[in-house]
Amino acid sequence: MPPDPILEVKGLRVELSTRSGTVPVLDDLSFSIDAGETLAFVGESGCGKSMTALAVMGLVPHPIGRIASGSIRLAGEDLTRVPEKRMRAVRGNDVSMIFQEPMTALNPVYTAGEQIAESLRRHQDMGRRAAWEHAIEMLAAVGIPDPRGRASAYPHQMSGGQRQRVMIAMALACRPKVLIADEPTTALDVTVQAQIFELLKDLRRETGTALILITHDMGVVAEMAERMIVMYAGRKVEDGMVTDVIAEPKHPYTRGLISCVPHLAEVLTEERPDLTEVPGVVPPLTQFGRDMCLFSSRCPLADDKCWEERPPERRFGAGHVAACWHAEEVS
Amino acid sequence: MMFTILQKVAYSGLLLLAVIVLNFFLLHAAPGDVADTIAQSMGGADAETMERIRADYGLDLPLWQQLLEYVTGVLHGDLGYSFFFNVPVTELLLERLPATLLLVITAQLLALTVGVLLGVISARRPNGLASHFVTLLALFGYSAPVFWTGIMLLIVFSLMVPIFPVAGMSDATLTGGWWAHAVDVAHHLVLPAITLASIFLALYSRLCRASMLEVLGSDYIRTAKAKGLSEGQVVVKHALKNALSPVVTLAGLQFSAVVSGAVLVETVFSWPGLGTLALQSIIARDTPTILGILFFSSLVVVVVNLITDMVLRLIDPRIRTGVA
Ligand SMILES: Nc1ncnc2c1ncn2[C@@H]1O[C@H](COP(=O)(O)OP(=O)(O)OP(=O)(O)O)[C@@H](O)[C@H]1O
Ligand SMILES: [Mg+2]
Repeated sequence: MPPDPILEVKGLRVELSTRSGTVPVLDDLSFSIDAGETLAFVGESGCGKSMTALAVMGLVPHPIGRIASGSIRLAGEDLTRVPEKRMRAVRGNDVSMIFQEPMTALNPVYTAGEQIAESLRRHQDMGRRAAWEHAIEMLAAVGIPDPRGRASAYPHQMSGGQRQRVMIAMALACRPKVLIADEPTTALDVTVQAQIFELLKDLRRETGTALILITHDMGVVAEMAERMIVMYAGRKVEDGMVTDVIAEPKHPYTRGLISCVPHLAEVLTEERPDLTEVPGVVPPLTQFGRDMCLFSSRCPLADDKCWEERPPERRFGAGHVAACWHAEEVS
Repeated sequence: MMFTILQKVAYSGLLLLAVIVLNFFLLHAAPGDVADTIAQSMGGADAETMERIRADYGLDLPLWQQLLEYVTGVLHGDLGYSFFFNVPVTELLLERLPATLLLVITAQLLALTVGVLLGVISARRPNGLASHFVTLLALFGYSAPVFWTGIMLLIVFSLMVPIFPVAGMSDATLTGGWWAHAVDVAHHLVLPAITLASIFLALYSRLCRASMLEVLGSDYIRTAKAKGLSEGQVVVKHALKNALSPVVTLAGLQFSAVVSGAVLVETVFSWPGLGTLALQSIIARDTPTILGILFFSSLVVVVVNLITDMVLRLIDPRIRTGVA
């Protein structure tokens, strides 16, 4: 009997009100993650990856966005139904998040130590001294040299990599059950990227935190995650073990993404698929939610049915799911 | 850090010196000199007497020597003699300065606190009632002349509903200890302070609102929310401290405008400060007093700028530690 997933999202629909009406920026999204597992979210810009993270955090942009339906269960508790006060106690404590931009995600007028300690005081009932000491321990744990000295440093006195380490220390300070890392390294240079991923791996091993990793980079997915979800235009188009998905993608969009990364395809599959880039762009937000496969306009396999009906999620082997009318023809 | 502060102090000193020199030349360029004034008060004098008076007051010395004497005089606290009020200018000014400082500082602090408060409230609900109120208030503050505001307040709160005194700074007939006097002065201060604050209140609330709106949309505010902090903590601790810098900077820059505004307000409310004195001495062509007031206002503005600088350092570590 497998354990219950630590986080289970079912039928999540998040709507944004735009000038041309209400559109589902997340449309019937379901997924789950087990304790200690790493789940990667991939997809092009604007597919709703960050919105998924914000929905789990209960931070859907107010007032233009709202959770219209669905459930988000964290250890059994449905976060879409709890009052804001309870949600604040969950945020930063049971679920926490690392953002894309380390250069701007830290408050410029407070020291690194204070920003970590603040979380601890808020959630862990720690006094000033204890929280400060613990913040220093956290800085040491994320590999910042001279943590005691750096705790009193302000963000502008730190490098991008160091700031992202501070963010990670802050996010992990209260030992969350789920950590969401939204493109944690896009703003950093390549060697620092590798260090941050190493750090995340180590910390996950030590703390048993489940990690949701949002990224554009298929190389990172292969390196870091056990399972992956491919998002397209607010919908989940494929979900499965990373090795399965990369070896045998069931959605033409996934195949396109993989073949964008030649070295990955070479290493992980026996024969190299066609190096077709994915031509075209993600449809505009106003098109989201239409009853059709939203990838049709870019899909080499598209036929009339794809334009007329949204493909249901279908299962291929253990835990491998894809939403495509032509899944069998893809690999 | 110590170095930059010393630098600022040195600049301020130079600036004041420049004001003193400028004062001297203005004094010199003004039609008529001390000898004329004295002669006038004596009911006329012949050329010989005039010469003697000029020699007595060192007016026959070369210009640079007069300048040197004037500057050393000012640096020793001697701003000349007011023949109109018949007292040394310094004495006159020191007597009037506290009233003006009290008015100007109260008005500035009032404008800042209420302005920031309104700015924060309206930034939290950009389309709410408070927000529209701030916009309206700003429009009013910009467009209503300060003397008009003052007279309106006088009519409403001193004449129609007499809860505040009409004029002056204290009630001469009052008996009692210092506490009773303090309350009395505060009572007299209410309307002038509100009048003077009204112009700047509008300015500060608008800037604070804009600054808060920008800060509230920034990444670190999202981070603060993601920590599970309450809205109050996010707004006050994380947003306001960042949004305050431009407001404090503006308040520092505006201080000289507050001082000039005080001239009008003091006149409307017969507040016995430098402003009423300025008006009297301008009408009387009492040049030494006018220039003394100019020097004192420069001194006040320079000191306030230094204080502003310190406050900014306190708020923003990026200025304090000197890295961009
Ligand atoms: N605050 C907002 N106001 C209006 N539209 C928004 C807002 N936040 C997100 N959106 C829209 O929602 C859609 C999904 O955005 P989201 O940030 O989730 O994309 P993403 O997959 O994270 O993209 P990226 O890879 O660029 O980070 C986009 O079309 C975006 O324009
Ligand atoms: Mg994103």
